[in-house]
Amino acid sequence: MSQAPFDGNVTAGDLADIFAFDATTAITTCATCRHTHPIATLRAYLQAPGMVLRCASCDAVQIRFVRSPARAWVDLRGIAMLEIPPSTEG
Amino acid sequence: MSIVSRGFRGRRQPGAGLIPPGQYIVDGFPVLSAGPTPFTPLEEWDFTIVDETGAVAARWTWDEFRELPAEAPTVDIHCVTKWSKLGTRWEGVSVDTLLDGIETSAEFVIAFADGDYTTNLPLADMRDGQAWVVYGFDGEELEPEHGGPARLLVPHLYFWKSAKWVRGLRLSDDDEPGFWESLGYHNYADPWREQRYWGD
Amino acid sequence: MLWLVATVAETIAETARTTTLRLDVPVWPGHRAGQHVDVRLTAEDGYQAQRSYSIASPPGADRLELTVVRIDDGDVSPYLTTVAEVGDQFEVRGPVGGWFVWDGDDTTPVLLVGGGSGVVPLMAMMRHHTRTGSTAAMQLVYSARTLDDVIYRDELTTLADGGHRAVTLTLTREASPQWTGHCGRVDTDLLDEVGWPPPVRPRCYVCGPTPFVEAVSLALVGLGHEAARVKTERFGPTGA
Repeated sequence: MSQAPFDGNVTAGDLADIFAFDATTAITTCATCRHTHPIATLRAYLQAPGMVLRCASCDAVQIRFVRSPARAWVDLRGIAMLEIPPSTEG
Repeated sequence: MSIVSRGFRGRRQPGAGLIPPGQYIVDGFPVLSAGPTPFTPLEEWDFTIVDETGAVAARWTWDEFRELPAEAPTVDIHCVTKWSKLGTRWEGVSVDTLLDGIETSAEFVIAFADGDYTTNLPLADMRDGQAWVVYGFDGEELEPEHGGPARLLVPHLYFWKSAKWVRGLRLSDDDEPGFWESLGYHNYADPWREQRYWGD
Repeated sequence: MLWLVATVAETIAETARTTTLRLDVPVWPGHRAGQHVDVRLTAEDGYQAQRSYSIASPPGADRLELTVVRIDDGDVSPYLTTVAEVGDQFEVRGPVGGWFVWDGDDTTPVLLVGGGSGVVPLMAMMRHHTRTGSTAAMQLVYSARTLDDVIYRDELTTLADGGHRAVTLTLTREASPQWTGHCGRVDTDLLDEVGWPPPVRPRCYVCGPTPFVEAVSLALVGLGHEAARVKTERFGPTGA
């Protein structure tokens, strides 16, 4: 059982600053174990200097995100591929 | 500029001592983590020092580590997420003790921990009574969520440098930014100069 | 995504520890049932704290409603539940979260399972179901400690009209002999009893404290429900 208190759902607000689409329904292919998961189901660690989203299968880091007052940094190297969902608007 | 919410203070207490700029004293001991709490059984735990040639310069099992001369530093700690705790009491081994007898010309250290976490520091910041590997907090064994069985303690820098679940130090001629240092966090991290992010 | 200013228009004490805030948010773009907002509070000295809260109001309601459970040593919930009063302001960002949503587009049966504060987004779904006159069969299974901890108790009784919506309450710590309903945790037996068999392929939504969500989703998959049709939202170790 994962120890992550949260899942990707709670990161939706922060991810909206990075992606131009609804990220929580996007599906990642893990660069480490190749399993696919909607971002909403990734294990989210927020009580950290930055936000970390880990694979729901193997716990490898998929997304790291740090925000300073002036800038933000994102590392997506833990994702081999991202499947972007169709827009729900219009 | 965000609007101010009338009457909001958060969990903070008024500062009871001198704390670095931008920090607040908090009750309790917040747990911050980038991943699940690692678990290494003590029979398998070891602490290694790897020198700049890649050779293992020293290694201790848990039992051997606990037999090393120990100290009980009381220090103030400062997290980059703005909370500070004053007068925290720890028990562990000074890094000076661990480096004793090791010949090195390395300038940098990469501390490595379970869970693939790393953090980097100048070797000079780990000598002369500035750093410990601790296994006790507040008179008790260090709990896993706070980094037990053992964590690094380097109180003069922001607390993400005090790597939880530490398993060793790798001495290096080159600086190698660690987990947070490679993603926007300040490479040196002096709380008194408020060095939180790159460019600060 | 921009932070919007929310002004408290009304506060409602739902239970001893839970408050609903009805907010006026000019330029609120509308939302889907199940989505949430991020709330940000700023103190006079610039200190900030931020947390996420599920939207309790259904799409189309006059005001944005958040239902907040007070965590005693929390940073944000004590303010929202005990300090904030009508006229006070804070910032919200959203609506966000496109995964854990129910739009009511079809009549596929819906199983909602909530633990503690996890009932909040599920209530938005129940309210949306009511407003739109949906004919999808909707069953809510709601686990709380005692009867006094049940949020929206009266409204749930009204909404469970015996037609398309049903509510099953289970209490884990109620000691009163007057309680004749279910006792104990939401387990496989209860889900089997009040849910639908897997061939029906209901949409399942599970929300609450992380251990609750993990146990319930495991139970649903164990009963034979497809994992892809069980959507979850973890609220953290304590559920709020």
